[in-house]
Amino acid sequence: MTESESQLDVRWPIGLLFAVLGFVVALYGLVAPPEAALPDGVRNLDLGWGFVMLLFGLLMIWGGWNAGRRRT
Amino acid sequence: MHLRWIDYFIIAVYCVFVLGVGFMLKRSMRTSLDFFLSGRRIAAWVTGLAFISANLGALELMGMAASGAQYGMLTSHFYWVGAIPAMIFIGLFMMPFYYGSRARSVPEYLRLRFDEKTRGFNALTFAVMTVLASGINLYAMALVFRLMLGWSIHATILLSAVVVLVYTFLGGLTSSIYNEVLQFFLIVFGVMPLAYLSVAEAGGWQGLVARLPAGFTHTWENLGNQSANAMGVGWFSLVAGLGFVLSFGYWCTDFLVVQRAMAARDMVAAQKTPLIAALPKMFIPFLIIVPGMAAWAILPRANFLVNGTVDYNLALPLLLARYYPSGMLGVGITALLASFMSGMAGNVTAFNTVWTYDIYHAYIRPGAPDAHYLAMGRIATVGGVLISIATAYLALQFHNIMDYLQLIFSFVNAPLFATFLLGMFWKRATPNGAFFGLVGGTAAAAGHWLATQSRWMTYESQMAANFSRAIWAWSACFLLTILVSLVTQPRPEAELAGLVYGLTEKPSHAHLPWLRRPAALALLAAVLVLVLNWVYR
Repeated sequence: MTESESQLDVRWPIGLLFAVLGFVVALYGLVAPPEAALPDGVRNLDLGWGFVMLLFGLLMIWGGWNAGRRRT
Repeated sequence: MHLRWIDYFIIAVYCVFVLGVGFMLKRSMRTSLDFFLSGRRIAAWVTGLAFISANLGALELMGMAASGAQYGMLTSHFYWVGAIPAMIFIGLFMMPFYYGSRARSVPEYLRLRFDEKTRGFNALTFAVMTVLASGINLYAMALVFRLMLGWSIHATILLSAVVVLVYTFLGGLTSSIYNEVLQFFLIVFGVMPLAYLSVAEAGGWQGLVARLPAGFTHTWENLGNQSANAMGVGWFSLVAGLGFVLSFGYWCTDFLVVQRAMAARDMVAAQKTPLIAALPKMFIPFLIIVPGMAAWAILPRANFLVNGTVDYNLALPLLLARYYPSGMLGVGITALLASFMSGMAGNVTAFNTVWTYDIYHAYIRPGAPDAHYLAMGRIATVGGVLISIATAYLALQFHNIMDYLQLIFSFVNAPLFATFLLGMFWKRATPNGAFFGLVGGTAAAAGHWLATQSRWMTYESQMAANFSRAIWAWSACFLLTILVSLVTQPRPEAELAGLVYGLTEKPSHAHLPWLRRPAALALLAAVLVLVLNWVYR
C-alpha cells in the first residue's frame, strides 16, 4: 500500500485545521477589531492574517481533494 | 500576557485535530513496519517537512530567538553552516546506505555494517538520551507556559504528555510525521507576522542595522578573532566544530531525524527528504533569529530583566505580547505548543523503535510474531512518555540536569559521525575498530570536559569549548577506529554489499527528469546557502 492509497492524505487535516483557525481568527477580528494600530499601518492583524490562513487551508483542502480525485 | 476565550478555543481546536489525526490513522497500523516506519510509504515532501519539524522544538524556537537577541546574525551559522551542508551530505551520500540496506534504525545499520556490540552500545545510549531529552523538552515547555501565562506546571506537563501519548500510541510514526507537518505550518504561520512587524517597527532592515551594535548583522566579518565576536568563537572552531563534527554528527546519525527519511516511499524520496528539508530550513533564521534581533533593538532593556539579570529567552514571548491581539495570540501560543509537542513526539517515536527493534527484539525476545512487536511498540510508547514525565519532574528538582544532558549528547553524537563516515566509506573499517573508536571518542569528550572543568584548558566561551570538545571526540574516534581496524580482522567484502561505498551499486536517477533528481535539489540548496552566507557575510 502506498501513502496515496492509505486512508488519510495529510493535506486534509492541515487544510481543515487552517480553514477553521483562519475563519475563527478572521471572524474575531471582524467583530472585535483591535483599538491600536500595529507597525507599518497594520490595523487589524486578526482579520488580515486570519484570511491568509483561511486561504492556505482552502488551498490544502483543494490539493487533498484533487489528489483523491486523480486516484479514483 | 492574558489569554481570552478565543485563544483557549484555538488551542482546543488544535488539540482536537492532532488527536483526530491519531484516531484516523489507527486503522492503518497493521504491522510493526506500519507503526515504526509508516510502512515506508510516505511522500518526500511530507517526510522532508517532518525532518525539520522534528528538530524544530520549542527549545529551538525560543533558544534561537534568544540567541538572535544575544549574538545577532552569528546565530544563523547554526543553520547555514551547522545544518544545510550536513543535510545535503546525508541526502546525496549516506541515504543510499541507510535506505538501501533496509535497516529499520540507525543502530541496526551499525549491526549490519559492524557487529552486535556496536549496535548495542549505540542503541542503549540513544534510547536513554532520547527519552531524557523528551522529558527535558516537556519540562521546558511547562516552565515557559508558567512564566508566560501562569499555567500550572503539573497540568501543562500532564496535558501535553497525554495528547502526545494518545496520537503516537494510535498512529505510530505516521501520526507523528503527519502532526509534525501540521505543526511546521502552524509554527510558520504563528511566527511570520512577528518577523514582519518587529522588523517594520525597527525601520526595516537598514533601521535594524542602525539600532544594533556593530557587527551584529554579519555572519563572517568578525570570526577572524575569537574575542572580536559575541560568541567568542573563531572561524576554524566554527567550521570544524559546528559545521563539520556537531552538525554532521546530529543530522547524519541521529535516529530522531533519520527515521523520517527511512519512512519515505522509495530511495529517491528518502534521498530527497533531507534535501527538501534544507530549503525551508535555511530561511528559518528570518522567522526566528531576525525577530530576536529586532526585539533587542526596539524593546527597552528593562523588559528583558528577570531578578536583575538579562534573560534573552524572553525575546519571543515579549514580541508575542507586544503585537498579537487575542485571536492571533492564540495562534502564536498554539505554534509554541505545537513545537513542543512535535519535539516530544519525535523523541518518543524514535525511542519506541530503538527499544523494540534494537533492544527488546535483539536481546530480550527474539523471534516473536510481528503482532507481538507491534504491541511492544505501543507499550514502549506509554513507557517512553511515562519516563519523559518522570524526567521532567527530575529536571524540576535539578535545573542543571539540562546542561548535563546537552553535555552527554555532545559526548555521543560527535564520535558517532566518525564511526559512520569510516563505516560507510572505508571497507577496511572493522567491527572492533568501530566499537573501540566509539568508546574512545566518548572517553576523549569526557576527558576534554574534565580538563575544562578543572581549568586545565580554557576557552573564550562555553560555546567555543563545546565546539572544541566535539573536534577532540571526533578526531579520537576517527584515529582509534583506523588504528584498531588496521590490526584487526575486517568483515568479508561479500557481507558488506549495500552497506559500504565502493561495494554498493549507486542508485540510478537516469529515469527522472534532471530537475527532479536529488542532485538538482542538492545543487539548488548549496547555491542558495552560499548566497545567504555571502549576502550576510
